[in-house]
Amino acid sequence: MTTSRRAFLQAGTAAGSAFLLGFHIPLAQAADAAARAPFAPNAFIRIDPQGAVTLIMPQAEMGQGVYTSIAMILAEELDVPWAQVSIEAAPPSDKLYGNPLFGIQVTGNSNSIRAFWPSLRKAGAGARALLTEAAARRWKVAAQTCHTEAGTVKHVPSGRSLAYAALVEDAGHLSPPKDPPLKNPADFKTIGKSLKRLDTPEKVNGKALYGIDAMPPGVKFATLALCPVFGGKVGQVDDSKAQQVPGVRQIVVLEDLVAVVGDHMWAAKQGLAALGITWDEGPNANVTSETVWQQLRAASEKSGAVAKTSGDADKALASGERLDAAYELPFLAHAPMEPLNCTVHVKSDSCEVWVGTQVQTRAQSAAAQVTGLPLDKVTLHNHLLGGGFGRRLEADMVATATRIAKHVDGPVKVVWSREEDIQHDVYRPVYRDVLAASVADGRVVGWTHRITGSAIIARWLPPAFQKGIDIDGVDSAVDIPYDIQNLRVEFQRDEPPAVPTGFWRGVGPNNNVFAIESFMDELAKKAGKDPVAFRRGMLGKNPRLLAALDLAAGKSGWGSPLPARTGRGVAAQGAFGSFIATVAEVEVDENGDVRVHRIVCAVDTGIVVNPDTVVAQLQGGLIFGLTAALFGEITIDKGRVQQSNFQNYRMLRINEVPKIEVHLIASGAAPGGIGETGTTAAPPAVGNAIYAATGIRLRRLPIDRVLLAGRKGA
Amino acid sequence: MVNLHINGEVKAVDAANDTPLLWALRDVLGLTGTKFGCGIAQCGACTVHLDGKPIRSCVVPIGSIGERAITTIEAIGATPPGRRIQQAWLDLEVIQCGYCQSGQIMSAAALLANKPDPDDAAIDAAMAGNICRCGTYVRIRAAIRKAARSA
Ligand code: FES
Ligand code: FES
Repeated sequence: MTTSRRAFLQAGTAAGSAFLLGFHIPLAQAADAAARAPFAPNAFIRIDPQGAVTLIMPQAEMGQGVYTSIAMILAEELDVPWAQVSIEAAPPSDKLYGNPLFGIQVTGNSNSIRAFWPSLRKAGAGARALLTEAAARRWKVAAQTCHTEAGTVKHVPSGRSLAYAALVEDAGHLSPPKDPPLKNPADFKTIGKSLKRLDTPEKVNGKALYGIDAMPPGVKFATLALCPVFGGKVGQVDDSKAQQVPGVRQIVVLEDLVAVVGDHMWAAKQGLAALGITWDEGPNANVTSETVWQQLRAASEKSGAVAKTSGDADKALASGERLDAAYELPFLAHAPMEPLNCTVHVKSDSCEVWVGTQVQTRAQSAAAQVTGLPLDKVTLHNHLLGGGFGRRLEADMVATATRIAKHVDGPVKVVWSREEDIQHDVYRPVYRDVLAASVADGRVVGWTHRITGSAIIARWLPPAFQKGIDIDGVDSAVDIPYDIQNLRVEFQRDEPPAVPTGFWRGVGPNNNVFAIESFMDELAKKAGKDPVAFRRGMLGKNPRLLAALDLAAGKSGWGSPLPARTGRGVAAQGAFGSFIATVAEVEVDENGDVRVHRIVCAVDTGIVVNPDTVVAQLQGGLIFGLTAALFGEITIDKGRVQQSNFQNYRMLRINEVPKIEVHLIASGAAPGGIGETGTTAAPPAVGNAIYAATGIRLRRLPIDRVLLAGRKGA
Repeated sequence: MVNLHINGEVKAVDAANDTPLLWALRDVLGLTGTKFGCGIAQCGACTVHLDGKPIRSCVVPIGSIGERAITTIEAIGATPPGRRIQQAWLDLEVIQCGYCQSGQIMSAAALLANKPDPDDAAIDAAMAGNICRCGTYVRIRAAIRKAARSA
């Protein structure tokens, strides 16, 4: 580990670091490297003649530990000691680094490991096969009689061995095999261990470089104001006072925004505050949360596109005992800790961009489009991300910064204030879920679920939007984990007025798991059954989720007595290819305040690459979900967002955090996704626990403290 | 021009007196380890030490500092509590995106310097001003405990 860490540090600390800046190799070094070409059998692996192993990371590191997990998979199949590995961020390329599930380079939908699992294993195994073949030829023996071990090829019968470094040149002349033999998972030495993360040592001493830390020589600093009303334009700008602010260099007025460029952010901020701007607010100035909800509720009453149907749901609804309910989720901002920013240097014939993005190629294209330059003239330096959560699946910040940079001589770092970041987000949509079900003999016999909300996919990946169905919007609803014979799931697209919407951690399952798991609890009551027992009865065909449910129930002490005003709630989900059951224990006080004491989570996510990372993602994801459940809501008045910063867009703080226990279930199944699962799990578990504590059912988030205060205890 | 005593060196900063320390550090001196999160003392990302006490550098004007000693994340590893906190952070793999962690570590190091064995209430009091959007709080608490024990 020490070597790896050293190599990583070396790469990361240099001003033009290879790690952060992708394939930026100084010319002299490049010429040198050409003379003694490294072995690079595919886009993910490079071994130089000295034996240094560099693994290239197609995915963006935003805290989820993906650099480490991807490196572990490659190192495993390549069969090199972990300590010899160093990593490098990939340059933008859909062709080389496209996410196999999306076809473009994107880090999202909790699928880095799921999507890249086969191709990374094959890349590592292919390189290993070539090195083995090279050694076998040198020794004039059959490759099958050789094997690899920790960066060497061995031929046991003759007692010979060669380090990979010695085989680099020979192997480089061989063509990669089509189907290289993969390791038997029973032989994994790296995968399955909680190895230390590669990106964290530089995050404890201030050396890690995020997009906001880019400092190209001569950089100036800018901050901006967009029209507070969505879609509005700049009217008049009086810059007489702003020009007087010390350190202000330039004021850039564009159609929809004003930016002030200065010697540092303070000058820019002061300059912006000194501007007299009148806005041409446009037609959205009368949009309010009221109008948003009216429109959504009306749309949700109409039938939508059928995304899944089995049996006869309508007929089944007429039998047994029927229950109807609608659940609603508000707009949410992402609020990553690193506010939006992008540094751009527009030159006459080229453009350089420094940013942290989840979509490298889209970020590059955005700058190309704005400048009119061909793609290969736009260099993108992808940095570490100070949180993504879906916000950095958009490239709007790159387009905006490039539009500003076109007017600036030299590089300019555009930094959004927290207020601009929150008020000009691409928001988690409002959703309304209309559900009906009938229960008979203690189980659900008929089920209809209509999801109404934005079709984000229609904007973000248009070819994937077919027949009026947003495949993300119905995710976890069409594949509901329970065995229900008669079922219909509909999607009703309804785009909110004015407010732009996008992916937010947990994406479609966030909404669906909340609605389904809240409704399951209501149905359990209707059926007169315990919530865990009720779910168990419909999970016979889903043994992995059943096992998770039993484990979470057991570990949480489900059914054991609790103090007054305290309750337990359960939620089960199969989202992102992982099977997770969660039990929350909450206390509701007389003011309606909710204190979450404990969360117990049982997880079957298939083969685990780095167990500690899985646990960390669940801990963090659950807290992200708690923030949403307890506080999260963006409201609109006069066409603008009313929240502005952390004082009115609240985050959970350390004194509000419950005990969290995560129990991993051993599994040999293909890896599932994990980054978003905790976020989808927490809200329904908490809502159900609040019901258990108070008898009050909340069908909207965030929790309504007034409602909870209205009834004193259960 | 304002002289600041930063990490044991005197640095001349060419900016107005009312400039918050955060921007002097980041944009003028290139010490980018200290982070901007909110600009209004709500998140703690910008925490540095002034004579050993944690402050939110986004709201402290450079003209108000005088000769008091500023310590930033880049130098906190030179202090025994800072070093122990950094090591505990790595041992327990606290960090996710890491953007809040300079501030978290500065707050935790100050806590440990003045309370070598903090209980839960002391940890809450010292750390509640630092937001972590990735939700690393469970491990932050455990790592502070571990660092305290490793003294
Ligand atoms: S940036 Fe200073 S407290 Fe948030
Ligand atoms: S680690 Fe990402 S905000 Fe704290």
